[in-house]
Amino acid sequence: MNRPVAAPDTRDIEIERKRLTDALAETWKTPSGIWGALATVDHKIIGRRYIVTAFVFLGLGGVLAALMRIQLAQPEARLLGPDRYNQIFTMHGANMMFLFAVPVMEAVAVYLVPLMVGTRNIAFPRLNAFSYWIYLAGGTLLWTAFALDMGPDVGWFAYVPLSGPQYGAGKRADIWAQMITFTEISALAVAVELVVTIFKQRTPGMTLDRIPVFVWAMLVTSFLVIMAMPAIVLASTSLILDRLVGTHFFNPAEGGDVLLWQHLFWFFGHPEVYIIFLPAAGMVSTMIEPFARRPAFGYLGLVMALIATGILAFGLWVHHMFVAGLPRLGDSFFTASSMAIAIPAGIQVFCWLATLWDGRLVFKTPLLFIIGFIVTFVIGGLTGVMVASVPFDTQVHDTYFVVAHFHYVLIGGAVFPLLAAIHYWFPKLTGRMLNEALGQWSFWLIFVGFNATFFPMHILGLEGMPRRVYTYQPDLPWHGLNLFISLSAVILIAGFLLFFINAFRSARVGEVARDNPWDAPTLEWATTSPPPSYNFPMIPVVGSLHPLWDDRDSLAVANGLRTDRRELVVTTLAAAEPQAREASPRNSIWPLWAAIATTIMLIWSMFSPWAVVWGSVPVAVALMGWFWPKGTPEDES
Amino acid sequence: MIHLRRACSSALLAAPLAGCSGNWQSALDVYGTSAISLKHLIILIVAVCSLVWMLVMVALIAALWRSRDARPVSPEPGRERRLTIAVTGAVVATVLIISTFTIMSFVATRALSVAGQDELTIRVRGLQWWWGLEYIGPDPTSRFETANEIHIPVGRNVRLKLEGLDVIHSFWVPSLAGKQDLVPGRSNELTIRAEHAGIYRGQCAEFCGMQHAHMALLVIAEPQADYDTWAATQRQAAARPTDEETATGLQTFLAKPCAACHTIRGTAAAGTTGPDLTHVGGRRTIAAGLFETTRGSLAAWTADPQTIKPGNNMPMVPLTPDELRAMSAYLASLK
Repeated sequence: MNRPVAAPDTRDIEIERKRLTDALAETWKTPSGIWGALATVDHKIIGRRYIVTAFVFLGLGGVLAALMRIQLAQPEARLLGPDRYNQIFTMHGANMMFLFAVPVMEAVAVYLVPLMVGTRNIAFPRLNAFSYWIYLAGGTLLWTAFALDMGPDVGWFAYVPLSGPQYGAGKRADIWAQMITFTEISALAVAVELVVTIFKQRTPGMTLDRIPVFVWAMLVTSFLVIMAMPAIVLASTSLILDRLVGTHFFNPAEGGDVLLWQHLFWFFGHPEVYIIFLPAAGMVSTMIEPFARRPAFGYLGLVMALIATGILAFGLWVHHMFVAGLPRLGDSFFTASSMAIAIPAGIQVFCWLATLWDGRLVFKTPLLFIIGFIVTFVIGGLTGVMVASVPFDTQVHDTYFVVAHFHYVLIGGAVFPLLAAIHYWFPKLTGRMLNEALGQWSFWLIFVGFNATFFPMHILGLEGMPRRVYTYQPDLPWHGLNLFISLSAVILIAGFLLFFINAFRSARVGEVARDNPWDAPTLEWATTSPPPSYNFPMIPVVGSLHPLWDDRDSLAVANGLRTDRRELVVTTLAAAEPQAREASPRNSIWPLWAAIATTIMLIWSMFSPWAVVWGSVPVAVALMGWFWPKGTPEDES
Repeated sequence: MIHLRRACSSALLAAPLAGCSGNWQSALDVYGTSAISLKHLIILIVAVCSLVWMLVMVALIAALWRSRDARPVSPEPGRERRLTIAVTGAVVATVLIISTFTIMSFVATRALSVAGQDELTIRVRGLQWWWGLEYIGPDPTSRFETANEIHIPVGRNVRLKLEGLDVIHSFWVPSLAGKQDLVPGRSNELTIRAEHAGIYRGQCAEFCGMQHAHMALLVIAEPQADYDTWAATQRQAAARPTDEETATGLQTFLAKPCAACHTIRGTAAAGTTGPDLTHVGGRRTIAAGLFETTRGSLAAWTADPQTIKPGNNMPMVPLTPDELRAMSAYLASLK
């Protein structure tokens, strides 16, 4: 790994382009072979892995959803027993929230944010590699447990006492709680990386008011992760302690409190919803520009709405507890705050409508998904206003009405934008275009299938069907709608299958993409599709919010970075003025060892508290290896 | 397996059955004071929200339609100003609607919590997976226990004291009132009042484990006189066996582990783990709403509770066919 100290003439300013790109490729490369793949810290490779893994979990979660719909298609069906069904709905919720929705948004950001801010790698790239391995381990733990009939069966929010030591037998609830620990660690790691990347690695000239809205959204989201996750760390750790070492945090007989769990969980759990939705909103604001052929209307309003949502997100958690018997006056405060969040959501919707109104629209698949998003998300937002009202909520809480509501918000509000984003950024991810005809087909199937599946659930809820029931009795008039829903789900599943087929096929034989196939204005399109390992041969300098539109012919570049070692430009927080050249770590296998050591410790600690003591020794060894100076050029700077 | 048909025949209850005309477990088919006012609120909010959605859709469709015209790409100040005015107007309208909803909701919440004079108090205990009921009267002699079937007089406020004994459950009879959780370590209350006589079904609304789906209850609202008759019957001890078969049934019940978990007042059976069976034959359903109570369903349930309701806390007690026949006859006789 040792290299001779570089001569001064290896600064990029002095050498011609070919030599420049060759030198950069050599410096930033990921060696081929399995070892190279395991040791890489390239944010693009890790981001792609993250995205693919998250979509695998989406597919698995979808299979569980299909099983539930087969079971519920008729009353008193015996396809699944209560034990298996309860594992399946818990797995579906936990998987979709913790292993798909949150990670996939962070995954897209891991790939895109460094490109959109014009830097060569994400901040703390080894931590990034570590976060992926930890995420993969958490997902594998959960699904392995499920395959062994040890899957959690207490619901994705695992209310005590049901998940406590007395009623949650075996290791099922521990597996849920420890899976949360894995996803906490990986989400916190990515959040820190993104905050630092966005604050300190923006390319020169990218002042605060020139940051793409998606990057703003990820900044707000990352702060939400950093502030919300400690609550769930506390909750899941206390639960494990109650279960493993006999503490009584949640045992009312010993002075504990059952509702403490709900407060802690939802103090995390409600911001969690915005951790999923804000990136999606940011994607829409960013993607709408090339398809409306104009800048998104109301940049300041869009960014302020994201920030306002992020702040309000912490003041709503009690609306999940309106029927738990808290003081009514307190409930009213949370009604007001929950209603208020409709205002920033409204601002964004109106800005998007204004953009579409004034734009010259290009009806490609991403725009279709954006339109589908507006149609369905507004429904989800309005039913959100409904359940924010305490009296309304006393009738629909924990019914299929709520199931409909949060699927409208999560699928309509987050998965539709995500699918738009995959269609939009696929060329940047793979170098090939997704097939447009298949894309439009999959949109229509998903859009029709989604609404036919989930809209009737509003009615079922009002007709008295509680959620999380493994069956219902034939004397209740829910049979017809349930059958209709199950049949509609076939259309929805067909749409997703078509999307997956399209992605597989296009990744291999799709039309080769140009650098900027959509004529988009943001920096990720200023490099090749897919980008080289060093992202940009020379660091672009921006003078506006839409550099590729406003400086169509030539983008200014910064120079002065070394090519023989990994270097980035660090800029000031507000004005993005160049501050320093900063070394960026090389590939390393140690994040993988650290992740394996952490995984062993966390799984072992479900069985013995001593795991925390002895299991931390390998973790410490791995961290020492991670940070030990290797004598690389980067260590010297 | 046996399914409970809707208990809608007039043979079951002389009073007109409001619940039978439509859905008997629905927030839209309402017969309780609070459920009626909640339904009005629900309809109003849904109507306003639907209107809002339609307006947004009109704007969206217009925007998509408009895009057929070719317009210059770059924004010009005049158009931007008009867009700003439109967006600002829409945001102001949102704020107004949201504020109105908040105030309406606040007023409706207050109306829910001041329910006036309570005339009857019932302790409702949520257990995996059935409902224990204790009627509390003005004096100790008027108290009695039953399970899974609440009788209330029409037109009177009934206060339910809700207690979760194991995990969290939620009491929800949508045709009468909104739901309220039963939380271990806390005592919650809910006041219900039926405006019409009828049978209303409810079921646990908070996931509570294996048989959450089969934790139903019935609320039977009846005229005061009928209620008084029923309550007087409930206060009495169990009917004595009248023939040899039922006498054998009682003996079997006491000899087998049954009595360790169930109470039959007037006999030696005094267990408290399972439902009070003193008048089990007079209740419309068994196993928390799973079956209509018949001698046959009682026998099927006793013979193999784990196949019928997997995971429930009643073990299978081995009985000979004769014992089973006698015991089901005895239990069915406990009107």
